Amino acid sequence: MSERHDINLKINGADYAVSVEARRTLVDTIRDNCGLTGTHIGCEHGVCGACTVLVDGEPVRSCLMFAVQAQGREIRTVEGLQQGDRLHPLQEAFMQHHALQCGFCTPGFLMLAVGVLEKHADLSDEELIDVLSSNLCRCTGYENIIKAVRAVAESMKARP
Amino acid sequence: MKPASFIYHAPRSTDEAVSLLAELAPQDGRILAGGQSLVPTMAFRMARPAHLIDINGIAELAKLSVSGLVLSIGACVRHAAFDSDTVPGVTGDLLRKVVHNIAHYPIRTRGTFCGSVANADPASEWCCVMASLDGIAVARSQRGTRRLPASEFYQGIMATALAEDEMVVAAELPMLPAGTRTGFVEFSRRKGDFAIAMALVAYRLENGAMVEPRVGIGGAEAHARRIGAAEDALRGQAPGAEAFSAAGVAAAAAIDPLEDINNSADYRRGLVRTLVTRALESAA
Amino acid sequence: MTGKPTAWIGASVARLEDRPLVTGRGRFADDISFPHQLHMRMVRSAYAHGRLSRIDTSEALAVRGVVAIWTAADIADLPPIDFREGPNETLAPFRQSVLASGHVRYAGEPVAAVFATDPYVAEDAADLVEVVIDELDAVIDAADEPSEFAKGLTTEPTICRQGFGDIADAFKHAAKIVELDLAIGRHSAVPLETRGAIGRYDAARDVLELHGAAKVPHRNRESLSRMLGRSTGGIHLYESHVGGGFGVRGEIYPEDILVLVAAMRLGRPVKWIEDRREHMIAANHSRQQRHRIRAAVDADGRLLGIDDQFYHDQGAYIRTHGTRIADMSCGILPGPYRLPNYRVNGHFRLTNKTPAATYRSPGRYETNFVRERLMDAIAREFGLSRIEIRRRNLIAPEEMPYARPLLALGDEVVLDSGHYEALLDKALARCNWDRLEREVQARRKAGELVGLGVAMYVEKSGLGPIDGVRVHVHPSGEVEVITGGASVGQGFETVVAQVCAEVLGIDYRKIRVVHGQTDRIEYGIGAHATRATVMTANATANAAAAVRAKALDMAAQLLQSSVGDLTIVNGVIGRHDGKGATITLGDTAHHLRPMSSTRGERVPSLSADGWFTTEHMTYPYGVQIAQVKIDQGTGRVDVEKMLIAFDVGRAINPMLVRGQLVGGYAQGLGGALFEEFQYDERGQPLSVTFADYLLPTAGDMPELDVLIAEDAPSPRNPLGIKGAGEGGVAAVGAVIASAVDDALGGGLITQLPITPQALKAIIDQRKAGK
Repeated sequence: MSERHDINLKINGADYAVSVEARRTLVDTIRDNCGLTGTHIGCEHGVCGACTVLVDGEPVRSCLMFAVQAQGREIRTVEGLQQGDRLHPLQEAFMQHHALQCGFCTPGFLMLAVGVLEKHADLSDEELIDVLSSNLCRCTGYENIIKAVRAVAESMKARP
Repeated sequence: MKPASFIYHAPRSTDEAVSLLAELAPQDGRILAGGQSLVPTMAFRMARPAHLIDINGIAELAKLSVSGLVLSIGACVRHAAFDSDTVPGVTGDLLRKVVHNIAHYPIRTRGTFCGSVANADPASEWCCVMASLDGIAVARSQRGTRRLPASEFYQGIMATALAEDEMVVAAELPMLPAGTRTGFVEFSRRKGDFAIAMALVAYRLENGAMVEPRVGIGGAEAHARRIGAAEDALRGQAPGAEAFSAAGVAAAAAIDPLEDINNSADYRRGLVRTLVTRALESAA
Repeated sequence: MTGKPTAWIGASVARLEDRPLVTGRGRFADDISFPHQLHMRMVRSAYAHGRLSRIDTSEALAVRGVVAIWTAADIADLPPIDFREGPNETLAPFRQSVLASGHVRYAGEPVAAVFATDPYVAEDAADLVEVVIDELDAVIDAADEPSEFAKGLTTEPTICRQGFGDIADAFKHAAKIVELDLAIGRHSAVPLETRGAIGRYDAARDVLELHGAAKVPHRNRESLSRMLGRSTGGIHLYESHVGGGFGVRGEIYPEDILVLVAAMRLGRPVKWIEDRREHMIAANHSRQQRHRIRAAVDADGRLLGIDDQFYHDQGAYIRTHGTRIADMSCGILPGPYRLPNYRVNGHFRLTNKTPAATYRSPGRYETNFVRERLMDAIAREFGLSRIEIRRRNLIAPEEMPYARPLLALGDEVVLDSGHYEALLDKALARCNWDRLEREVQARRKAGELVGLGVAMYVEKSGLGPIDGVRVHVHPSGEVEVITGGASVGQGFETVVAQVCAEVLGIDYRKIRVVHGQTDRIEYGIGAHATRATVMTANATANAAAAVRAKALDMAAQLLQSSVGDLTIVNGVIGRHDGKGATITLGDTAHHLRPMSSTRGERVPSLSADGWFTTEHMTYPYGVQIAQVKIDQGTGRVDVEKMLIAFDVGRAINPMLVRGQLVGGYAQGLGGALFEEFQYDERGQPLSVTFADYLLPTAGDMPELDVLIAEDAPSPRNPLGIKGAGEGGVAAVGAVIASAVDDALGGGLITQLPITPQALKAIIDQRKAGK
């Protein structure tokens, strides 16, 4: 009989009070307890990156964290990228460049790219592809994902 | 692939962690640091610890510092910490070279140096660093502290000299002298995969000859270690194709390679030969 | 009213599908939940082959939150899963039962189902189910002599035989005979989303619902209604978002049946989401074939005959596809080449591995590898270039339609149109083949192992015979196209909307495309075999044309004009010359509503059904060229350059076409270099995680050049479409093998995947031999 932990998760600026077993993963908690199903589960063993969210600004595989570990942290998921009706530049770029087909890996890639670009705006192209090699996509062949992220990275560099 | 139940503990100090470990290790209690290796095994239910002792909240374990000629890496220092100028000198350069081979960016934000050291996966890059540089694993228990040199610490595949109630609180590496040349090359099917073999080399030049050579091999045997025969082939020689090739050949002959369905002993030997030579070429 | 109608067909417009997906508001199977739902967790055989001795569920049943645990005895009334094309007496004994009884035949076979209130609890309980199996020897190699499947049945249910001409005579008159033994490794689709299904029984309406459906919802509804003894009106399938299909998702699996039956019998919705480890051992495998192939060739290097004996590794049971992939392999193997005599025996063999079925370009990925290896070998035998040998054998456009007395998917192979040699020339020019050859020569002299590869292939698409859609214009001006199609992420909605938009004269963004809902339209073909664009888009064009005619007829009355003087631009009907009054499509629909006084005798509603029929499939075709370098110290292959040249007849949305080709290429690359389902001698699966089954990543992709040609539109449909879905993946195994072999000197690459260890061994051997 497993004890429950009453914790508060801060996701996209909002508070979610949940009661979970210690073993409940962060991704399951975000999805099923907090109703934010934009973060997806692709492998549950930390390889595919579909579950990527930002924890205190860093891209993290939420299938490898337990919800109880995330108390007091700032969590950002794909649902928090847009401001009202205004989409994040990466979301616009993905649509513009046809960087998604089935869309299942897309939230993971978006959060990975957001996290990395916010910290390292001056990534070289080689480093960019290296970072994007972190996540798996089975539909697109990555070409357009790279184009979309590259376009946003360039525009961030161009901005003073 | 949900983990089996466990009881969660979040100590605020090393003393508390060590005390919990003493109490819970006999009941299948384990340390949770980065979780990037442990949690997948729990997802597959290959590991079913009854207790997890989460040390991520222990501030004193997050220290990365240089004191004299020793780099001290606390248990909670993440892989990503080495992808910056934080660690100075030759050792800092080497660690930065190595860290780009470890998994992928998001793994590196969570996974820890000491976690890799304690996990003792044959394909772990940090274990190869520890073995090659004669690093020391600082192990703490309620009974006190032990300082275990890598050659004693690593005993086999995922097997170390740690007692059940001991945890690695820090790892120590030497600050290599200025002018030391280092190289690190790894081979895997795709970048970021578990290494099939890796080579770490270091040497200094004195009057045009290589001195204090280090040749460490990882990924190819049950655990990483220095290969004396390869170092002998370098010592006193001028750096160049002849010596580098000889070192590669010696290393390939000296190892007792792991075998699996995709990688025969012969293949690993061939890889080691290639990687030692290339690591030396890159260091020059 | 101004302007000309927009040409939506041929435009690389942004997709309609994207917004919910980039904002995390998609609805994939695991995103769907119903109140009071139960979670199902499968207990699977840990052994590849054995007698099922005992299942003890007592400890598991005691776990709090477990509501029921079923074994085969609890569903004894359910038949085995039947073939999608209908009953087949010869193959029937080899079908898979929903839960194993008597014997287990692959590691991963479902043995029991646990129903609990929470997925964590369900997994805990599943671990406690004790399954006792008396292990038997496992059959691993499909080329081994057949053994016993069950009493009176061997592991070779059938041999797929096709052929024509006089093969013995061909070999008698051959100037040269080339013989190869080739193997394609077992691999499969592995989409990012695992399988999932939610069953719900709506007792109030007596309707059984399956959520999380995909690929062929209407066909599956028919099969399920037969299996469960319900009328088709009493069962409906709902597709929402699908995380990739590639052939493996959407077939009927045991778990789909179980969630439906459990929903009825347990009185609560039942949700099942597969985990990744399960997916690797339970979702359809594919591709594994071994071919012993001989070619008889005349003195000029022209094919006189091909005689192929192959072993198709079907795995433990025959699933919904029956023997279609083996049949397809037989029918499509000759590719774009003239072949006067042919004999093929496809030994359809069962082994103790996960059952296999279709995966993107099924039967073609395999046979393209086989046939193109053969062409390369023939070139080497004659001392001719690999380009020249292909030129001499290509079917010419004047010979089209070129009928081969062969069957693929039950359809006679009739190559409808194709400028094979012209595409080859385009491809060679595009990559500057002559210069590439010179550069490769120079680098070889400098000691590098570099090579060029070429492969030519014919794909198939547009499987008929018929599809229909309904186009409806709402008085608000919104247009709905109701299809029986399906979306696995390929952009189905956008393509259909573009076609409707152009025919109807409105902006494609005003169109809503419905798919995957069996309760919205009675008939549907889903989306598979690259048929959606050909069939559904053409049906849409027909329906939209009918709606357009209806609208113009009504508008002509309202505007006091004649139909011939009117056009529709951006949803507004008016005169070609821009003069006079106009009326919107929406208002026209308003006038056609049932209670309208202006409607007259016209049938109410601005809507129409449109059908499209076709007798035969259509055949897009391509050329792939690759340049590779082999690292001599490690055996790793680096693809330096890659060109895919593919003729799609007509590209509705070139950006989406390119996306399909590039995505397919990545999968093909996986099969060529990285992906394989490996087993040990006991039939234990060894590739069960993403750490052992390696998917290509961004870093593994080369710079891809894609040439989309529209030189040979299909005469089989008014839009000329041939479809691109499988054109990227189809020849990658072939072309990478060709390039690697070229780097090594030829004659050495006979199996996929090509591993660094194998190449290093070849390289070391050559060095030693020198």
